[in-house]
Amino acid sequence: MRNYLRGALAIYAKDIRLEARTKETISAVLAFAIIIAFIFGFAFDPSPAIVAVVGPGIVWVAYVFTGILGMNRTFALERDRGTLDGLLLAPVSRESVYAGKLVSTATIMLVVEAALFPVFLVLFDLNLFNVWFGLVALAATIGFATVGTLFSAIAAHTRAREVLLPLLFLPIVLPVIIGAVSGTDAAIAGDGWDSVGKWLQFIVAFDAVFLVLSSWAFDFVLEE
Amino acid sequence: MASAAGPRSRAMGLGGRQLLLGVAALVFMIDLVLIFGYAPTASEALGVQVQRIFYFHVPSAIVGMISFGVSAFGSVMYLIKRTRKWDRLAWASAEAGTIIFTVAIATGAIWAKPVWQTWWVWDANGTLTFMLWLVFIGYLITRAYAPTVDRGARWAAVVAIFGAAAVPFVYMAADWWAGLHTERVTGPGASGSLESEMFYTLIFSLVTFGFLFAVLVAERSAQRSIEEQIETLRREVT
Repeated sequence: MRNYLRGALAIYAKDIRLEARTKETISAVLAFAIIIAFIFGFAFDPSPAIVAVVGPGIVWVAYVFTGILGMNRTFALERDRGTLDGLLLAPVSRESVYAGKLVSTATIMLVVEAALFPVFLVLFDLNLFNVWFGLVALAATIGFATVGTLFSAIAAHTRAREVLLPLLFLPIVLPVIIGAVSGTDAAIAGDGWDSVGKWLQFIVAFDAVFLVLSSWAFDFVLEE
Repeated sequence: MASAAGPRSRAMGLGGRQLLLGVAALVFMIDLVLIFGYAPTASEALGVQVQRIFYFHVPSAIVGMISFGVSAFGSVMYLIKRTRKWDRLAWASAEAGTIIFTVAIATGAIWAKPVWQTWWVWDANGTLTFMLWLVFIGYLITRAYAPTVDRGARWAAVVAIFGAAAVPFVYMAADWWAGLHTERVTGPGASGSLESEMFYTLIFSLVTFGFLFAVLVAERSAQRSIEEQIETLRREVT
């Protein structure tokens, strides 16, 4: 257990240090997210009455798309630099590699999501500074990263690469997207635990099931 | 040289497959007679024939779900046992299931239009069918893009197992979501009980689609088995 945590932590620290030095993923993904938000302003009439209806949808479409873009790089970078073999040869278990990658992916996604709060506030007058929304976003992002980390390991090894990840990822995380949009709807409307709690519990249950399943399946995915 | 083909294939023999195909063809013909001759007209308001697509839609949706179950089960067994037999079952089941789900979705849209005045009803069953259809497509594309058959088999197995694990979540989320968002649209024939002739026809159609699925899976598995034998022989020659 200690080795597991230490290995996971080392890989997490490596990924975060790499990102902190290059800022490659965060800057590219954030720019993409801002463009999506900007385009949405023209995709429909951004008046307050309409934003109240479609606001949660915009937020989550932007988050999911940027998440996919970021997750595609999780293993593609390792593969391109030839460091994936090193990672697999490192004296840590596959579960540690998975856990480290999962947490670093989730961290980067959360940073981008938080950075988008002011963008949504300015462009759509959509106030996401809300404890309940924060919890929904945290739970949903962990769910995305859980499934996405596993599938990005598959996608990085295929010829299809970037195309394959969303194809595999989106149908599986559909429940999280439904839960996140509905939970956000309730949170923005000012509801508390009574209506947000149901979705929050639902997303956490999803996270738990797929966390166990992905840790188990990761070994099969990376096997040569 | 027969021994050079490696371990004996477990796939169904040619005779068995031909018999299965013959029975399936016969059952299908009887089913068509039942659907268009025996089953009574459900609702005069809808016209005589429209409702009969129900005998294609419901069985194909159910058999599609079964095919997903078979594919996920075959995937689990493959990851545990690592024998080609289970992977062939999971693969063939995914291919047959994709076709059968396509039938279910297409007939569902044709059925929904006269009954609910809309092509698509965003309910839990429809959402789940559509989601599993997408997972199957992802499954087949993963295999197509994999560098080797073995890696493709393992990755696809993971995809199928993940799809199966997501089923209860998708169903629950879609059900809650539908409760919040869609107003139940009602139209002619939206409700109504099944007469016994209709019920028997439905059950027979279900069996028919079961046969269709079995034929497709048996043929595809046998084909794959032969392909693998050819591959083994070729490797021995070169």
